[in-house]
Amino acid sequence: MEKEKKKRLALIWAAIAVSYIVILILEMTLRPTSMLLTVLKKGAIYSLVAVSMNLLNGFTGLFSLGQAGFMLIGAYTYAILTMPSEVKTSESVYKYYQCFITFDTGVFIGLIAAGLMAALFAFLIGLPVLRLKSDYLAIATLGFAEIIRAVCQWDVLGPVTNGANLLRRYIDLTYVTIPFTDIPFPPTLFVFIVAGISILLIVLLINSSYGRAFKAIRDDETAAEAMGINLFRHKELSFVISSFFAGISGALLAMFQYTVQAQQFKSMMTYEILLIVVIGGIGSISGSCIASFLYITLSEWWLRGLDMGSFLGIDAPNLFRSGFRKLVFSVIIMIIVLFFSRGIMGDKELSLTRIKGFINKRGMKKGKKEAEA
Amino acid sequence: MIGFLHDNLSYFLSGISVGGQYALIAIGYTMVYGILRLINFAHGDVFMIAGLVMVYLSSSLPFTISIPLVLIITVALGFLIERVAYKPLRSAPRMSVMISAIGVSYLLQNAALYFAGGLAKVYPSIPWLSSSIVIWDSTTKMVTVITPFLTIALVILLSLLIKHTKIGMAMRAVSRDFETSQLMGIRINSVISITFMVGSLLAAVASLLYFSNYASVTPTSGSMPGLKAFVAAVFGGIGSIPGAVIGGFIIGICENIIKGGASIFGIPGTGWTTFSDAFTFAFLIIILIVKPTGLFGEKQVDKV
Repeated sequence: MEKEKKKRLALIWAAIAVSYIVILILEMTLRPTSMLLTVLKKGAIYSLVAVSMNLLNGFTGLFSLGQAGFMLIGAYTYAILTMPSEVKTSESVYKYYQCFITFDTGVFIGLIAAGLMAALFAFLIGLPVLRLKSDYLAIATLGFAEIIRAVCQWDVLGPVTNGANLLRRYIDLTYVTIPFTDIPFPPTLFVFIVAGISILLIVLLINSSYGRAFKAIRDDETAAEAMGINLFRHKELSFVISSFFAGISGALLAMFQYTVQAQQFKSMMTYEILLIVVIGGIGSISGSCIASFLYITLSEWWLRGLDMGSFLGIDAPNLFRSGFRKLVFSVIIMIIVLFFSRGIMGDKELSLTRIKGFINKRGMKKGKKEAEA
Repeated sequence: MIGFLHDNLSYFLSGISVGGQYALIAIGYTMVYGILRLINFAHGDVFMIAGLVMVYLSSSLPFTISIPLVLIITVALGFLIERVAYKPLRSAPRMSVMISAIGVSYLLQNAALYFAGGLAKVYPSIPWLSSSIVIWDSTTKMVTVITPFLTIALVILLSLLIKHTKIGMAMRAVSRDFETSQLMGIRINSVISITFMVGSLLAAVASLLYFSNYASVTPTSGSMPGLKAFVAAVFGGIGSIPGAVIGGFIIGICENIIKGGASIFGIPGTGWTTFSDAFTFAFLIIILIVKPTGLFGEKQVDKV
């Protein structure tokens, strides 16, 4: 048994290593502007935020809709901290304000600070909000995300957040270097490493005793409390950790986009992330990752034609005009929500035995059909 | 004091008017929540769709036809949303119904974006409603004055409907106990449909008033009023219609007082409008912590 477990673990690690090597090779061979790399980067970023939302909604049973707000805090913290101080003092970004934060930090500190800042806000917000139940919690967290967005655009905070204007010229993905050298870090690999480590940490958390407590709270709060689980402490912990990773993914998104503006982090964004989680299956980490990549690939790449006038060789500029892609998407999402509410993975995880079982089942069906014929 | 009131009358007037519009939307939220225990996230978007439909209809039809048509289309939309998106999930966990509601909201916004484009559409100026009027030296639109009276009249009608008709009685029974009323022979599905239709009708009226005042519609212009009306419903105690109305007025007035912060409190700054949005949510959180059942809400006891 023990041997089998070890073997399986080794296989998983090998698969992860192979996928990272594949990404490195892709990065070396493809043009940096290629669609595949863009999709991979954005997909990894969305995977991280979807997994962090799943930790709350799927594993702790807290229906929170504040993810966009925490991403905003992460993105802004990162952008403000890593913007070189000479850019801050010049007029190119802070045109109307005197920048208040005059120092700048590296990428690593920026990322960690982004997470910590989001976690700090989550801790403060969680103190009152986590005492609420299901739908009240949803609306209160949604409200807080809106407040965060409003306050970030407030002109009194202009010296820090640059008001409602966008932030740019911070260290984005093209400026990341390998530590202690000047060699540029392969951008896609960087995103994958940061997102991968973060998701790994979340998986480890879910499999720990804390994770079991989270699941107990999800299944039955009263029973969990009777078993001696401190409800509030565990909810707060889950909320803070989820927000920490949402903050990091916000920072990654800022790095990916080259510019960042508070206006972008609307409640629509949270809805999108929630729908990704639902498509992947509430309570499945691998489901969230698959759904994120699928969602991003479809919306950024494969269904692009729906917005551009021609799709699958059909030219219909009147039908396939701007916005049609999102309309098709929302119809698909509604179908999934109504008829396949378990999503791609349900609450199961992707594993080798499952894939094997799936292939076997199909093979058997095929065999049967052939036999009947 | 009189002078102060006189100088800032426009803020108070528009506060009362917006408050009445929020109240009409909030009734839709509170009635649906009372019966299904569902936050109908799509309600704000139904309100927006009513505005867009009005823009398109009035470009080719006279107001005497287009206004009733808008009301009918919105009611049909409310009915359709309930049948397609919420009815199949009646026995599903509450979270999936809420996700479905979010999905509908996403769908409506994207549909509006596709059919109407992202640019703001100019709302037609309805004769008489949009004409200017001078009250105590401050100029405002007729709609500002009409809204509170119309709101109160509609609420009285609604409460007559709920208190004195058979369907109203059925609604009250369903909101008290879903399963028992089913056993008593009440046709749940038709009661729920009618609830959605009444809510949508009021949202359509609110959209006529609201957009006459603001004069432009975008696909996202329903989400903010929707959220604020929801806050109003929570403040009044969700499930209670008078509560929703009072909540709507209070939120509308407070919000406009904050908007006028620069002249009312004498503190300069241009960020007051942003803050009025933030205020609503801060207010919501305070209510939820201090008195989660709202002003007139019933206390709920959790059973194991």
